[in-house]
Amino acid sequence: MSAVTQDTAVRTGRVTRTFIYLVLLLFALFYLLPFFVMLVNSVKPLAEITGGNMMALPRTWTFEPWHSAWSTAQIGVEPTGLKPYFINSIIMVVPAVAISTVLGALNGYVLTKWRFRGDTWVFGLMLFSCFIPFQIVLIPMARMLGLMGLAGSTPGLVLVHVVYGLGFTTLYFRNYYAAFPTELVRAAMIDGAGFFRIFWRIMLPVSGPIAVVSVIWQFTNIWNDFLFGASFGDQDSQPMTVALNNLVNSSTGVKEYNVHFAGAILAALPTLFVYIVAGRYFVRGLMAGSVKG
Amino acid sequence: MGFLDISHVTKSYGNVQVLHEVDIAVQEGEFLVLVGPSGCGKSTLLNMIAGLEAISSGDISIKGRVINGVHPSKRNIAMVFQSYALYPNMTVGQNMTFGLEMHGTPKPERDRALAEVAKLLQIDHLLDRKPGQLSGGQRQRVAMGRALVRNPDVFLFDEPLSNLDAKLRVDMRTEIKKLHQKLKTTIVYVTHDQIEAMTLSTRIAVMNKGYVQQLGTPKEIYDTPANLFVATFMGSPAMNILPAKVVMQDGAPHAEIADADGARRLLRFSQANLAGWAGRDILLGIRPEAITDPEGADRKSANIQPFGNRVTVTEPAGSDTYVTMSLSGRDVIARMRADAAVVPGQVFDFAVNMEKAVAFDPATELRIPA
Repeated sequence: MSAVTQDTAVRTGRVTRTFIYLVLLLFALFYLLPFFVMLVNSVKPLAEITGGNMMALPRTWTFEPWHSAWSTAQIGVEPTGLKPYFINSIIMVVPAVAISTVLGALNGYVLTKWRFRGDTWVFGLMLFSCFIPFQIVLIPMARMLGLMGLAGSTPGLVLVHVVYGLGFTTLYFRNYYAAFPTELVRAAMIDGAGFFRIFWRIMLPVSGPIAVVSVIWQFTNIWNDFLFGASFGDQDSQPMTVALNNLVNSSTGVKEYNVHFAGAILAALPTLFVYIVAGRYFVRGLMAGSVKG
Repeated sequence: MGFLDISHVTKSYGNVQVLHEVDIAVQEGEFLVLVGPSGCGKSTLLNMIAGLEAISSGDISIKGRVINGVHPSKRNIAMVFQSYALYPNMTVGQNMTFGLEMHGTPKPERDRALAEVAKLLQIDHLLDRKPGQLSGGQRQRVAMGRALVRNPDVFLFDEPLSNLDAKLRVDMRTEIKKLHQKLKTTIVYVTHDQIEAMTLSTRIAVMNKGYVQQLGTPKEIYDTPANLFVATFMGSPAMNILPAKVVMQDGAPHAEIADADGARRLLRFSQANLAGWAGRDILLGIRPEAITDPEGADRKSANIQPFGNRVTVTEPAGSDTYVTMSLSGRDVIARMRADAAVVPGQVFDFAVNMEKAVAFDPATELRIPA
């Protein structure tokens, strides 16, 4: 981690070292195994799966299961494939992540740099939302969404996820900004910048690492959420996770395992993508606030 | 009525009063230093002038306009912070013109002001760098530059040199003084370093426990400290304070003290009105440089008195030699020329400049005025 690296590891012999690497390799393979099974079976014809070994490589390669999962498979009653639900998920996730991250940043900014009487209480209450189990709020939330006329709609789901994510994003940004020198804010005040101008010009430009943490966290959680999606979404707003469930659990016809595997990988791809693109900032950002805070 | 008027200003947090009735009138072009130990209220006072902290009671006005409750950016002040507070995401140039930009100054005018100040501070070649790429001294200059660009009525400095190493601090001190002499700006400067206070200021306010102990020119503060706190806080090494008794001899007041061997000794005061204290105890204050070897004594002084005493320790510091001896049971430090032949354990003939001696009332700790 540090610039001055010193090799303080215990010196081991060649044999021990080989052994250690072998064990590590074994673990790595073990963890990769499920993904391997999914990948391999998603490019096989169904007959090969039902008739033979799940671990074997395909004898005939086919991308038909992927095509089917994406656009023609039976989801519930409609043969639409996962595509419309994938789009539903995107339309839900992007605003939910953006709004909760921006609001979390604003909360963190206010809670550290514009402190007021009782601010620690407010922060403590917001933290509570990190510990509330999803199931508890289902019925009150359904009632609220109904009253607001947002039941069964994408905006409704966005609202639910923003409310649920706010506790986490506020926590991240508050801790990050706590280590940010207050003198900078004071200097900007004297320079004539107002509340939003200081936020926009001084705080946000240095918030990169923590914004990445917040985005990854929110994106994975919201994308992978099933309960809220199943409870509050309808035909036009159900997210990918619910559709995947409907695909796998459809009770008519034969179970198309290859299509199911392809669908599951499709559902996991966006989070994988976000991790690969932004993952290296993730640990850095998580560390940044905690070291000095 | 001053340029910057601080009148009857107090500050309380709940029931705790941290500043008591501060009254300072700063004239235009003056360099006022607020000096005192940690927690004396000097930074609080500065923040109140800046508008970063509310004033509990009293008024602060600049150019006759009361600025209580006016937003910091509308007071026409600029502040240099201890940590410099440079915006890390902006270049030096953007840092310096941010204030002008916020006040809606058009770009050509901003660039002109920037070029002017950058040239003055010799930082023209740094304008495109980020603060992270600058050395401590350069950051310091940029922080001052950011204040100068705004051309404010009053400059506020909050311990600007305390993050620099010793050598750079001395250089920057001279730099600030030069700048002030050239620009004749009004400056309020907070420090806990009494040498900074002495060297930079045109006037000093020595503060302690929320009270201004004394307000005066460096010379007044140094030569005629108002009380024991000011006397011992200002000056390094600190003023020697020793218990003494005023006795009359040949019609003149003398300080009766005990030397290192316990013998009773007399030093004649220059301050005649101390006759009124005859027979009473006082605290005698003598600065280290007022006790020298006879050759090093101040030739202009009318009251140099020889004083033989046994030496405890000598500390050669290169430019001077500090000699410790015992007087009235206290350790007393004398500041000698570097080549004074002083030997520890032996009796040396000192010369005490009693013209510079001051006397304090032990009960009130106030100086007994001449």
